[in-house]
Amino acid sequence: MDYTVNDQTINADEEGYITDISTWSIDLAGTIAETENIDMGDDHWEVVNFLRDYYEEYQIAPAVRVLTKAVKKSLGPEKGNSKYLYELFPYGPAKQACKIAGLPKPTGCV
Amino acid sequence: MEDFEDNEFDGPIKKFMYVNRKAPYGTVYALEGLEVVLITAAFDQDVCLVFVDDGVFQIKKDQETTGINMKNFSPTYRALEGYDVEKIYVEKESLESRGFSEDDLVIPVEILSSAEISELMDAQDVIVTF
Repeated sequence: MDYTVNDQTINADEEGYITDISTWSIDLAGTIAETENIDMGDDHWEVVNFLRDYYEEYQIAPAVRVLTKAVKKSLGPEKGNSKYLYELFPYGPAKQACKIAGLPKPTGCV
Repeated sequence: MEDFEDNEFDGPIKKFMYVNRKAPYGTVYALEGLEVVLITAAFDQDVCLVFVDDGVFQIKKDQETTGINMKNFSPTYRALEGYDVEKIYVEKESLESRGFSEDDLVIPVEILSSAEISELMDAQDVIVTF
């Protein structure tokens, strides 16, 4: 399931995760979000950027439990909870937000 | 609703030990072993990790992998704390015979003698070696 952004084809796997993280761009994130029916606002971007920072530091996409805990630590308890994150990304914050962030499918998401 | 993804698990808690014996690259054992640890960390078991023999190379600082065209996954060991895997042991003899000290490692560990690791192994319910 490849994406087309600015006349360029970006390769993705059958679930929509891009295969090469270096092909990610903000425009691509918008395109992936559209296919996920997510209307990206500042709160969505905050989580997506958080995930990209997490990946940069640890080289993995976190499991949802770990993401929730890390968001709580860094952005506070009003954002670091399941309800808030699932409202932003109804099909799963780790799965959907990771896909939009250009990360692989989270480790521990079986 | 609040905690529905938290995998509440009511079964008995077992003591799991993952033993890492091999160098990080050249075989797939180290990376696969790390993934197994991260995945099973979701099941609320009593988990510890041990690095012995060439396994100590897995957590050596300053790994440079561009020459072998592999991803340097050593930063991922630093994510273990976030996965609540906090009992990490290194065998003293393996570390010293390779000329390393605790300062050469990417994560804080507890250094135990070979005899102490044996005792710890005796206390486990499950031991998985990679």
